[in-house]
Amino acid sequence: MSMNPASTTPVSAPAPAQPAARRPKRRNSVTRLGARDRLTLTLMAGVPTILTVGLVWIPALATIVLSFTNWNGIGGLSQITGAGLQNYRVMFTIYPEFPPAIEHNLLWLAVFFAVPLPLGLYLATQLNKQMRFSRVYQSVIFLPVVLSLALIGFMTELVFSPTQGLINNLTGHTKQSNLVDWLGDPHLNIWAVLIMACWRQTGYIMILYLAGLKSVDPSQVEAAQLDGANEWVSFRHVVWPALRSVNIVVMVVTVIESLRAFDIVYIVNQGTNGLELLSVLITDNIIGETSRIGFGSALATVLLVISLAFVVPYVYTTFRKDRRS
Amino acid sequence: MTAATDAQQPGGLAARRGRADRPYRRPARPVRAALHIFLIGTCLVWLAPLLYALYTALRPYASTQTHGYVSFGGTYNFTNFSNAWSQGDLPLYFRNSFVITIPALVLTLFLASMVGFVVARHSFKINIVLLMIFTAGNLLPQQAIITPLYKLYLMIPLPSWLSDSGYLDDSFLGLILINVAFQTGFCAFVLSNYMRTIPHELTEAARVDGASEWRQYRQVILPLCRPVLAALATLEFTWIYNDFFWATVLMQTGANRPITAALNNLQGQFFVNNNLISAAALIVAVPTLAVFIALQKQFVSGLTLGATKG
Repeated sequence: MSMNPASTTPVSAPAPAQPAARRPKRRNSVTRLGARDRLTLTLMAGVPTILTVGLVWIPALATIVLSFTNWNGIGGLSQITGAGLQNYRVMFTIYPEFPPAIEHNLLWLAVFFAVPLPLGLYLATQLNKQMRFSRVYQSVIFLPVVLSLALIGFMTELVFSPTQGLINNLTGHTKQSNLVDWLGDPHLNIWAVLIMACWRQTGYIMILYLAGLKSVDPSQVEAAQLDGANEWVSFRHVVWPALRSVNIVVMVVTVIESLRAFDIVYIVNQGTNGLELLSVLITDNIIGETSRIGFGSALATVLLVISLAFVVPYVYTTFRKDRRS
Repeated sequence: MTAATDAQQPGGLAARRGRADRPYRRPARPVRAALHIFLIGTCLVWLAPLLYALYTALRPYASTQTHGYVSFGGTYNFTNFSNAWSQGDLPLYFRNSFVITIPALVLTLFLASMVGFVVARHSFKINIVLLMIFTAGNLLPQQAIITPLYKLYLMIPLPSWLSDSGYLDDSFLGLILINVAFQTGFCAFVLSNYMRTIPHELTEAARVDGASEWRQYRQVILPLCRPVLAALATLEFTWIYNDFFWATVLMQTGANRPITAALNNLQGQFFVNNNLISAAALIVAVPTLAVFIALQKQFVSGLTLGATKG
């Protein structure tokens, strides 16, 4: 497990320092349990752990190992040969789909930070006020979150179809002479997809912030406003500092969702012609006609490393904080 | 972390519901009117894609060809829905979806509640590592692990009554297991936070009465977790039902695909008939929309309890 070095050290480090002081705090130590209870607990934690480690963490580790090999996937494990950094060299220098894929993933991330995040926060602060129909508004904006991303891919086609779509029909761009080819033009289609992705993401962020706002003390906001602070000032100095922990969650969600982006572009055009993403390139290398396991793994390692760079510190700080309290 | 703060007391869910409309100072009248106008506008924009899909689905292809897609007039009927239902073999795909979703959902909650129990009710040194393994595993992009996973699935043999292909790959069991492995992390995180708030005296008393760890889990802790389990069940149903990626890669037999992934084949079958595609898309959305409308509170509280879910 790639996270073990980070996580075990602080857990075990304080123990030798003051073992006597900590022992009485433990409510149930292993020694108090009978053999049968110990077996029960081992199985209760062990079976799910084996499943998750076996199907998630071992493949994650294998991704990294395989990225340094060549394997066309045909034949057994004996066909695997070492490749050193060859896969990475090819990926970074001559693989034509890699630069656009990285570009689109970064664009996705930038747009997710620029649109659903502030919009979701704004909607949450407004809908958190005592207001008529607040629930109705919340439900409507949240609605796309329950739809699958694949389905949102279909909605993208419906809304942005050049001749049959809502947008071109409303703006009068359905004639051959002035047709706007939202889905076919490689410079436009990523925007069509991103608009629909934001449609879903905004509701998600809004709900997270609404939950976060529940932890803001309304009397403090009121006090600030009685002192003459306008809405912006009281938000900036009272509400925003209280949203610190939910901001971290929102940031992780935003990054992970941008890295995971796959379904919508895969529905629209299998992630080609302007819609390349890292996730699509990885998938193409295993389910395409040319199965290049080593190369696909090198692409996946890039994705894995970027996501772990966010996930590990997040999980680490969350549980360290948890432990202290 | 919202999860930690919200789950502090077992009454957290119910208590929060009651406080839904927090009394911030009411804004002045013109400001309030402007805000309502903005919100109504936003909601209309938000509903537009779904309403457009519904409107398109209610009109025969011929009607939209003569009148145009954004127009009134012509016939309105449910033919597209019935055609999509029968021509698209939707009953078959719905059955596949439920064969995967229901066992995966039950197994996820069962395994996650066991992990949660061990982690929350005991202070073993390994607990924090376990929680990190589960939570971080749930946050990885699926594509980062798919390459070895796919090869692994092709190496694990299954008896023919479990899998037509003879392997974990291309089998219902394979899809169920990966959904469980991936989702257990989130549920274990939420459940352990919740179980930690249940007073220790309850299990202490059961222990004194000679109850085994299993009985403490099964008869003391689990019944108290019902509201969280309901919230998680709502959420996990939606997520597993909505899965597209695992099913696309790990289920090659088209006829065995769950409905979310099968839609992609229908796209080729229905070609440019957007009316038929709209109808099919709306039918596929019905189970999740129904769950959302009926159990919105559980859905939202599940999401905000965890707040880590990507």
